[in-house]
Amino acid sequence: MSGREYMLGNVAIARGIVEGAVDVVSGYPGTPSSEIVDTLASMKERDFYIEWSVNEKVAMEVAAGASMAGARSVVTMKHVGLNVAADPLMTLAYMGVKGGMVIIVADDPSCHSSQNEQDTRRYSVFSQIPCLEPSTPQQAKDMIPYAFELSEKYEIPVIFRSTTRISHGKSDIKLAPVRQKTGEIKFEKNPDRWVMVPKNARIRHPHLLSIQQDIRGELEVSGWNELTIEAESTVGIIACGTAAVYTKEALDRLGITASFLEIGTYPIPEDSIRQLLAKTEQVIVIEELEPVIEDQCKVIARDVGFETEIFGKADGLLPRTGEFNVDICMDGIAKAFGIDSCECKPAKQDMELPVRPPAMCPGCSHRGTFHVMKKVFGEDAVFPSDIGCYTLGIQHGTVDTTLCMGASISVASGIYDAGEKKPICCTIGDSTFFHTGINSLMNAIYNKSDITVLILDNRTTAMTGHQPNPGMGKTATREPTVEVEFDKLCSAMGAEFVEVVDPYDMDATEDVLERAKAYEGVSVVIAKRACVISAAREGIRYTPFMVDTDLCKGCRKCLKFGCPAIEFDEVSKKASINTMCSGCGLCVEICNFNAIMEVKK
Amino acid sequence: MTSNLSNFDLVIAGVGGQGAVKVSDIIGKAAVSEGMDVRAAETHGMAQRGGSVVNYVRVGCDLGSLIPCGSAQGMLALEPVEAMRYISDVAKDGIVVMNTSPIYPVTVTSGQCTYPDPQEIVASLEKDYRVVAFDAVALARQAGNMKTLNVVMLGAISSYLPIPEETLVECIRNMVPPKTIETNLSAFRLGRETTRQ
Ligand code: SF4
Ligand code: SF4
Repeated sequence: MSGREYMLGNVAIARGIVEGAVDVVSGYPGTPSSEIVDTLASMKERDFYIEWSVNEKVAMEVAAGASMAGARSVVTMKHVGLNVAADPLMTLAYMGVKGGMVIIVADDPSCHSSQNEQDTRRYSVFSQIPCLEPSTPQQAKDMIPYAFELSEKYEIPVIFRSTTRISHGKSDIKLAPVRQKTGEIKFEKNPDRWVMVPKNARIRHPHLLSIQQDIRGELEVSGWNELTIEAESTVGIIACGTAAVYTKEALDRLGITASFLEIGTYPIPEDSIRQLLAKTEQVIVIEELEPVIEDQCKVIARDVGFETEIFGKADGLLPRTGEFNVDICMDGIAKAFGIDSCECKPAKQDMELPVRPPAMCPGCSHRGTFHVMKKVFGEDAVFPSDIGCYTLGIQHGTVDTTLCMGASISVASGIYDAGEKKPICCTIGDSTFFHTGINSLMNAIYNKSDITVLILDNRTTAMTGHQPNPGMGKTATREPTVEVEFDKLCSAMGAEFVEVVDPYDMDATEDVLERAKAYEGVSVVIAKRACVISAAREGIRYTPFMVDTDLCKGCRKCLKFGCPAIEFDEVSKKASINTMCSGCGLCVEICNFNAIMEVKK
Repeated sequence: MTSNLSNFDLVIAGVGGQGAVKVSDIIGKAAVSEGMDVRAAETHGMAQRGGSVVNYVRVGCDLGSLIPCGSAQGMLALEPVEAMRYISDVAKDGIVVMNTSPIYPVTVTSGQCTYPDPQEIVASLEKDYRVVAFDAVALARQAGNMKTLNVVMLGAISSYLPIPEETLVECIRNMVPPKTIETNLSAFRLGRETTRQ
């Protein structure tokens, strides 16, 4: 297939993976990376293996194993996922790979949907694994087949850094033909390579250091870095990733010509940087998040004795936090040139606009669970939570902490261990529990915490786009497989209080939670009910509910429940239910006046 | 301040679930089939659950997908408050096509915030922009399905896009569920009539 198609950056990356003749793909969902595996898993014809793994460390190890056997492999995750996979990553750099292995990591400057905005390029420097960084979705697609080749040539994995605007940007994409598979799949025993005992690691570390210069040299001329010298300008600009395209637009809008080095590889192209430094008096480095290139430029300039002034983040010309855009780049460049930036500043708003935070969907079972949890444990109880749709419960006062995937149970234990006397009830989703919650639960049971663990089992990984997990009995390609039963798993780890309840049944939920609260030790309650979006997709429909305006007293109690389908009419001073109602019936019990009822057919 | 770096920069503002991404996809695919470069950026994740969303489409542009502040030629606002929230992305005298039917956020229904009068929003926007405001929900209902609100709005903005009407119509045909093609096409027509005097 060739031609031009309009696609999402992540879909373009998926296409690049196919064009590069991949054999094995693994990943763990995380915005903005998830659509890569989703796209590949939904392909009708596929000549590669694909899976959603239980966490990024596992995913990385699956891909590494495949590569040891000579297969081309890809693992995908978001930036914080790389922390989970950092353990295998660091040793994989020593060990190296056989089949090309690409580690795709999506960074999220500005934390659009993340708990921090770390920069994956730091891991590239840290692990000495080369990194490629595209500036457009087109380049993202084109870079992947090259990444496989680079990886195979130096027998080292290659990191591929995307950012939200690449992954979730859309663009017209020129397709290229799919490459033929070449590698033979065969694991060859070679303990010196594949067994990282100290004796071997001591040999592999100098090896890793020794190939750095070659890799740098190769990347320098790879075509992913581009230097344009403008003889008449004394100013040079270095930019990378999406910041490079913003910078080009900024220069055009400001009407400025400057020498320009676009960087797409790490190790960075030192010769090009030297050339640029030699031809300019000032250099502005424009990169999102960390000053990775800026710092290295300063080292190069000092080593060579260049007098060039280097501007960037250290002097505050450009911010170290948040996502870049054309305006930020224009501002920075204008400041460096001592000229006025754009005439446009955001118009002053004289109207006060209501905030519109995302909310749990109408009919989401988590709302019922949280409501009962608050009722049973009291508003003053401690509610550690985790990463997923249920984090939106922060608006209901049921999310007191969110550290990272899987941490809710361990944070709850820690709070208990510290001597906190208030009741502690932590919440964690099904996928998150499999990710790293299992370890925390085992630890809490073994070390005798007295906490209640509520597993919010909505039968999917909802927040990132409804990817299957081991609790669902479905693989990434929706093939049936074993279904892990939470209750048996928790009992096997030693939990003695384990109960499953349907959160749509608020009375039953209340009863279970009362007993869980009274139980001394770790009590586990599994609130099991499919996410309303998945249920609707499967064709499950309920009769919607309505408010009987004669019975409604306008007390607004149901509005506090926070379902987006419940509204208040300021004229009649009565509540009403709009067309978004999914018919869960959870609000019926909230009303003290029995004003909420099913719409009669 | 607009520039020749892009043929038409459009901001699409709305609420998660209103179908903003679909509109941007139809425009994007239509632009590609006209042989134009196109870039788009969209809101994912949390905002899909009823939060505020803003999407950008740049037709005839081969740079980044984010539109510089105050330089978009047009805005498609699926919801009045969301029009106001992102209006500083639009160039003075730019065209603003706006649905006047509000969606109240939970912060309003629960009494933490108040919702401004949509007519006041229109009046305020009219000071600096060319505004076409109408009740698109009513038109969507007239077309036969409330959910075609986004296509009504696409019809309305289509008079200003550098893309032929037939191409957009063709893309709608290919991109909506087969059973809903007729409803969507009449939604498109009803919308387009609002901006063709
Ligand atoms: S997507 Fe599913 S789990 Fe998430 S808020 Fe909506 S109903 Fe709840
Ligand atoms: S039944 Fe009540 S709580 Fe459930 S979706 Fe409808 S309005 Fe919301």
